[in-house]
Amino acid sequence: MKLSIEQVKKVAKLANLSLTADEENLYAEQLSQILDYVDQLNQVDTLGVEPTFNVTGLSNVMRKDEDGKSLPKNGPYKTKGVFEE
Amino acid sequence: MNNNITKLTLIETLKALEEKQFSEKELNEAYLERIKKLNPSLNAFLMVNKDTKGIPSAIKDSLCTKDIKTTAASKILENFIPPYNATVVDKLLEKEIGIIGKTNCDEFTMGSSGENSAFGPTKNPWDLTKVPGGSSSGSAVAVSADLCTFAIGTDTGCSVRTPASLCGVVGLKPSYGRVSRYGAIAMASSFDQIGPITKTVADARLVLEWISGPDGFDSNCVEIASSKTPRNDTSISLSTGVIAIRQLAEKQSLKGLKVGVPKEYFGEGLDKGVEKVIRGAISKLKDLGAEIIEISLPYMKYGIAAYYILVPCEISSNFARYDAIRYGSARAEFGPEIKRRIMLGTFALSAGYYDDYYAKAAKVRTLIKQDFENAFNPPAGGVDVIVGPVSPTVAWNLGEKVNDPLSMYKADIYTCPVNLAGLPGLSVPCGFSEGLPVGLQIIGKYMDEETILDVGEIYEQNTNWKEQKPELSF
Amino acid sequence: MKQLYEPIIGLEVHVELNTKSKMFCKCSADYFGKEPNTHTCPVCLGLPGALPYINETAIESCMKIGLALGCTVSEISRFERKNYFYPDLAKGYQISQYRWPLCKGGRLQITGNSGQDITIRINRVHQEEDTGKLTHVGNETLIDFNRCGVPLVEIVTEPDFHGSEKVRDFAKKLQQLFRYLGVSNADMERGDMRLEANVSVRKIDMSLREDEDDEAISNMDGIATPFGLAMTKNVRNDKPLPNYRIELKNINSFRFMVAAIEYEIKRQSEALEKGEKLTAETRGWDQVKKETYLQRSKEEANDYRYFPEPDLPELRIKNKELRIKEEMPELPWNKEERFVSEYGLTKDNARILAESNDLAEYYESVVKLGKQKEMEPKQIANYLINQKPDINKVSPEEIIKNIQSKSAGIIGDEAELKKIAFDVIKENSESAEAFKAGKLGALNVLLGAIMKKTAGKADIEKAKEILENLLSK
Repeated sequence: MKLSIEQVKKVAKLANLSLTADEENLYAEQLSQILDYVDQLNQVDTLGVEPTFNVTGLSNVMRKDEDGKSLPKNGPYKTKGVFEE
Repeated sequence: MNNNITKLTLIETLKALEEKQFSEKELNEAYLERIKKLNPSLNAFLMVNKDTKGIPSAIKDSLCTKDIKTTAASKILENFIPPYNATVVDKLLEKEIGIIGKTNCDEFTMGSSGENSAFGPTKNPWDLTKVPGGSSSGSAVAVSADLCTFAIGTDTGCSVRTPASLCGVVGLKPSYGRVSRYGAIAMASSFDQIGPITKTVADARLVLEWISGPDGFDSNCVEIASSKTPRNDTSISLSTGVIAIRQLAEKQSLKGLKVGVPKEYFGEGLDKGVEKVIRGAISKLKDLGAEIIEISLPYMKYGIAAYYILVPCEISSNFARYDAIRYGSARAEFGPEIKRRIMLGTFALSAGYYDDYYAKAAKVRTLIKQDFENAFNPPAGGVDVIVGPVSPTVAWNLGEKVNDPLSMYKADIYTCPVNLAGLPGLSVPCGFSEGLPVGLQIIGKYMDEETILDVGEIYEQNTNWKEQKPELSF
Repeated sequence: MKQLYEPIIGLEVHVELNTKSKMFCKCSADYFGKEPNTHTCPVCLGLPGALPYINETAIESCMKIGLALGCTVSEISRFERKNYFYPDLAKGYQISQYRWPLCKGGRLQITGNSGQDITIRINRVHQEEDTGKLTHVGNETLIDFNRCGVPLVEIVTEPDFHGSEKVRDFAKKLQQLFRYLGVSNADMERGDMRLEANVSVRKIDMSLREDEDDEAISNMDGIATPFGLAMTKNVRNDKPLPNYRIELKNINSFRFMVAAIEYEIKRQSEALEKGEKLTAETRGWDQVKKETYLQRSKEEANDYRYFPEPDLPELRIKNKELRIKEEMPELPWNKEERFVSEYGLTKDNARILAESNDLAEYYESVVKLGKQKEMEPKQIANYLINQKPDINKVSPEEIIKNIQSKSAGIIGDEAELKKIAFDVIKENSESAEAFKAGKLGALNVLLGAIMKKTAGKADIEKAKEILENLLSK
């Protein structure tokens, strides 16, 4: 799979990374190379195979609703700009 | 400098302290002096704690230490001082283990060579022109060069075992869920495990005992019954600790043990010299009474491909928190390997690609996991452990693979399937090729660290590789 | 002929749970009005290395909501990461649910304008965590992470609403449910409960008018149409949905939501009438201008890159269903029905008395007492509804006494007597002033006036007491 510069730009935006033009070129090439390699996964017949998201086989790991200690007051946290939403 | 003290293993050190052969103060001074002398050329430590007390351990800088700078070898966290300790650190402090320093690593633990640190590469003590292996490069080097009694590393795809192998020390990646990950700066959450890097297998066993067990913070680390079916002759309980180790010393045989040797671990890409050393080690296991059985892990060859989809996907999400608001600096400060993986993972999860990449790789992960289960389950092979090389080559030249990410990734071929399956894996020194150390990988059943530690320890006691130390005469 | 449009509305309701601790850490979830960033820890601040751990009570509350709405609890449910960047989102992702929600496929009945049942289908009820809170000061934005990680349940309906009032009725019914279940205070103003409506309109296809369909009739509500009932036959769930939708967000009252939806229906219909093309947008409500405004164009749609949360093992909790159901109180709508069938109340009276669990329980405790005195539940219902006693102050025993004296002809109800006394004082101001000035005998004049007004039925002791009270102020 070949990634275009346009795609790289789109992905970088999603990833909140501001890349230089050099980086865009580099990643377009390197990611394409890696994706080509990864394409071998398509050789594997996975019909009817359940995906593994967690190797532990655990389920229902929960805690009681008890409140504990928070950190001492921290912050203030701020950021520039006014955000919509 | 007092090399007699720094040469000692963890267990020997504990014994010597108990017998008052030297004081804790002398112990720490000996190590600090050695660090002062050797660290400038090795670059193993990013921070050295001159006021250290207790047994001097070296902690990978990707583990949070309260009030002590934790950078994960990244510019992003250059000034990050965590308000809390990783569970592993707390557990060690309870045992009166001191932190002599925070060790260098690949930035945010991403790398197989130790070269990706924002604070310069760590050097291999056996040859300063070679990489030490990564990502727990500084931890492995600190143990190899006798700069600490033992070290803690993390392993997502190779990161404890590869540097241990390339530096000639013992490295254990526990089963996923054995040790709490709380406070270990996450790379890929369903893969990461914290493990000991030590001078001997017995030391690794002891450290594992100290650091494992639930903490109420890592939901994947809870009390569960061991999956191990005890074998009669070399069974040791993790919970009995040091006493059990003494018992083991009398058992010198691997009689009744079935050792699986996957043919896929000896295919194309394996260095001839390394292969020779590994074959020699397997012969030794046979000499010690083990039954050697050739097995096949047919899906293992897809390990790298599955790994380098799933891991970057988790990375792309785990690294979103670095927005410079609560801590850290701007995202532009990420090193090239981090950016590459964030980009790859973001792409693979983006609309329209989830099924082709993430879901597909997660299914292949199932098949790889089943490969191992089939080998361990009695109907097919019923082996007790699986052995093979850790790394396809010995330590390579600094700079050799830096600009070729794919070839760097391929170095993880023998180690990352173990993380995909969540199994425990141990690297034990088993000889030299071209004058550089080679590690034997011993892979066990899920939650069966005991057996691989038993095999490793018996092998270690019947060989003299652990006596071999790099000459550091600078 | 003027083209007609029908609105199609789906609702997303977020409700903050009233657990002690947050969803994934032990920080107190009682954050409202607290000093900023004092209810935070490595987990909810998203510090490097921190990990989430599931709060069991939150999961049970989510299940309660799902089960009350007739959902199925999933055999396997997973937390997933919803990835997006926003300063109030500490981890850069929200732990939510997408492919594997906890509860799926329920329904809730609301009442249509002609008293018929309308079914609103529930797509899902899932568990997630709240974000921090932003405050804009000049060109700087301050962030308070106290709310970050507070458990949040999201209820998503199918696009089954065709008018704004039904949206309000449904939302109010949910609010009542949350309070009945005791899972949330569901206070809109405090932001415990938040509504988002997806609104679009489509042309009514006249050719479908002949197409009779029972289900369609059940969805007839709220369509402004001169054709009356006949028109409703066109409204079908299986008709293709418009290819755009407008998301109305951050609206913190039922009233504003109704106004915003009304505005949108008009705006969108007019736009389509003019031949304009509508595209996906997020819009807010300006209460001063009484109009919606563009918040974000969805041209560059968010791509949340959901994937299973690797830090949390999956949930398999269907087997908890029975126990949770047993723990659940009688649901308001069931209670209403029972009040009708068991006590013979009118539907309206049953609804009023089942409005809150407290009132319903109070009513039933009076009924229980009244039974020994052969007092009709209906009579008690009427009394409670008409007299509106303060149930926190007046005991059920007193209620029984009041009803008894009332039925014996004696007026003993304090509120009623007070009203009469007030009138009498006004009408006999001279006597009242005289009493105030110390002529105690003047009180008898006033009392006599009360007895006259009530044809001698007032409880004289009580009347005296009330007069004295009123005059001593």
